[in-house]
Amino acid sequence: MLSLLWTDYLVFALLIGVVLVVLNTRHKAHLRRPWQKVFDNTVGMVSLTVLLMFLMIGLLDSTRLERPILLDSGQASKQTDVLSVLDILLSPIRVGHEKTYSAPFAHTAYAKEIVLDSTGQKQWLYPRLHIGGAHLSNPDEDKINDIAQKSLKGLGQALLVWLGLVTLVLFFSKDCSYRALSNGKKTLLFSLLGIFCIMGVLANLAPYYHVLGTDKVGEDVLYQAVKSIRTGLVIGALTSIVMLPIAISLGLLAGFFRGWVDDLIQYIYTTLSSVPGVLLIAAAILMAQVYMTNNPELFTTVDDRADMRLLLLCLILGMTSWTGLCRLLRAETLKIREMDYVVAAQALGVSRLKILKRHVLPNVMHLVMITVVLDFSGLVLAEAVLSYINIGVDPSSYSWGNMINSSRLEMAREPVVWWSLSAAFIFMFSLVLAVNLFADVVRDAFDPRSHH
Amino acid sequence: MINYIIRRLLYVLPVLLGVNILTFVLFFVVNTPDDMARMQLGDKYVSQAAVDNWKQQRGYDLPLLWNEQAKGLQQIQQTIFFKKSIGLFVFDLGISDNGRDIVADISQRMWPSLAIAIPSLIIGVLVNITFALLLIFYRGSYLEFIGVFTCVALMSISGLFYIIAGQYFVGKLLALTPISGYAPGLDAFKFIVLPVFIGVIGGLGSGVRWYRSLFLEEASKDYVRTARAKGLSELQVLFKHVLKNAMIPILTGIVVILPLLFMGSLITESFFGIPGLGSYTIDAIASQDFAIVRSMVFLGSFLYIIGLLLTDISYTLVDPRVRLN
Repeated sequence: MLSLLWTDYLVFALLIGVVLVVLNTRHKAHLRRPWQKVFDNTVGMVSLTVLLMFLMIGLLDSTRLERPILLDSGQASKQTDVLSVLDILLSPIRVGHEKTYSAPFAHTAYAKEIVLDSTGQKQWLYPRLHIGGAHLSNPDEDKINDIAQKSLKGLGQALLVWLGLVTLVLFFSKDCSYRALSNGKKTLLFSLLGIFCIMGVLANLAPYYHVLGTDKVGEDVLYQAVKSIRTGLVIGALTSIVMLPIAISLGLLAGFFRGWVDDLIQYIYTTLSSVPGVLLIAAAILMAQVYMTNNPELFTTVDDRADMRLLLLCLILGMTSWTGLCRLLRAETLKIREMDYVVAAQALGVSRLKILKRHVLPNVMHLVMITVVLDFSGLVLAEAVLSYINIGVDPSSYSWGNMINSSRLEMAREPVVWWSLSAAFIFMFSLVLAVNLFADVVRDAFDPRSHH
Repeated sequence: MINYIIRRLLYVLPVLLGVNILTFVLFFVVNTPDDMARMQLGDKYVSQAAVDNWKQQRGYDLPLLWNEQAKGLQQIQQTIFFKKSIGLFVFDLGISDNGRDIVADISQRMWPSLAIAIPSLIIGVLVNITFALLLIFYRGSYLEFIGVFTCVALMSISGLFYIIAGQYFVGKLLALTPISGYAPGLDAFKFIVLPVFIGVIGGLGSGVRWYRSLFLEEASKDYVRTARAKGLSELQVLFKHVLKNAMIPILTGIVVILPLLFMGSLITESFFGIPGLGSYTIDAIASQDFAIVRSMVFLGSFLYIIGLLLTDISYTLVDPRVRLN
């Protein structure tokens, strides 16, 4: 049974929208050309592949199923539990908990404990972990071998799957030769090989070790980092949905109609953008918190509450971030309305709304797309900062900001607990870097100024 | 010129009024003072008497916009809008929810903020311009490609990472500077070094890219080609022509953020324990002190608008081609 939250519905709505746009673009030569340029660019294709992988994980995490909880006896109980498909795939690292911190690939705990040994004697030592290296009888000697073996197995599996994929691609290509493949397809295949290798190695190691260690309450850090992908993507994507209609409609109206409409819209965005962004967000989130504490009956479960807060955060970020794009679109519309084809359309008696829709809007869409991709990475980074000040996503939900926030004091521990922070930063870095590189390629391909 | 400045100043007023109304709606209409009191005093299990008491102590017990019980002008004056929001225009920020004078706090706390922000800005701009010029000098080579890629990579790293890694490596492992803290007077120097250093590094990626694009735009203009044709060396072209002409967007870009330096940086200050306005705001957000957050929102908008005003004026001063209407 599917059991979706509000943000899940919006994510899927957005996905359907994107698919429709892609299908629509396929038939239009003037839109296909710049995209072809993106696909032919090596950096563009690699970053796009990485982004698509993140997107896949996010979508798997948004597909929530309601399942009965299995009792220890193996029978299904009457209580149900909502898990995403990703949770089910990640079961090995989701379920196994340690007591507290443990380093990546460790087989013993972070702190010493009193343990009863086989003869009943009390001993003060680092106890073995429940999951990490538990299958080894003599971990000090066997561990490195075991890790190497499992990694190699993972690499081998990845290579097999990849070769299968290549065969399939060649089978369906025109003349079955690798050389005839387009540059973009070759890059895609090689980026996929990299991703398959990483996934293969992780899939083989994760059930036996905590690859990125465990956090304070013993939860696997890799699991947290992967779960956080959805939050990052949702914030970037949903904020764009909120922002775009406002920015596009107001920007076009201001530039096209001039006069008092222009004055009013300019006044609105000057006022909004003059409030420091973080403070406006903080004020709005504080107010939302007041509302939520005073109306607890509206939010029944922890998930509901966290989801509502995520949605609200996107709404607020959207409300504060439309001004830049709006200003840009207004300036562009001012230029376009003086163009000959617009004047001609006016002379022919085409209605103003139709001119806006037919002649102005399509000519500013490249600016819209460039801005959306450029803003996306900023939003992912902003989430971490906002969560650090406690005005970001709900503390109970997984996000890189929350991971950083809850582990920022760990650098002062001895020995240093570095893995939680590093995991959050590395995951965030790879997503943001991919988006930034992709944004650069998209901008070069779509910006008419870059042609000459 | 004077006329122009006066007209721009008059335009500031409606924008400030807009900000004022926005904060008023956000803080008093979306949620009533009753809600705020409950939140502060501890959710649902609070008696109405305690709520009334809390509101009365902080002057939130008046009607929002119109006082029916008062007479004459008092009908407008004895309201929350008049007392709390109009006062902001003359910088009567009032007292915070825990009873401290906000203006006194701000005038005391802005100095540490400036001590961090001003050196960060100056050193940052110099370093960014240097690297950007280097990239332009080596344009078309692999060095430029690597440099641009490094910029994108630096931009993609969270600002929190720079701070945490800097504190750990410079402060803890190498023990070159204190990890956090602040001291007044000249002693402040050793506490300032690390935040300034991290501020410069953190802004490097986006800064170098921004200046590079400015320089690239200048370098593609006709006068640069003429300069080369005259036989000037590449260095002379860069420093005498490109840099000089790019100074207009560089300077105006700096002017717009100058007033905002007072506000300090929220994250840097709270990480390094610097008693500036940034950490003041963070503390207010954490303790949900609505009076301070409201004042800071207004102050921040005011400074931003002043920055815009200064930019417009400096444009007309620097570039005679900009017309004043």
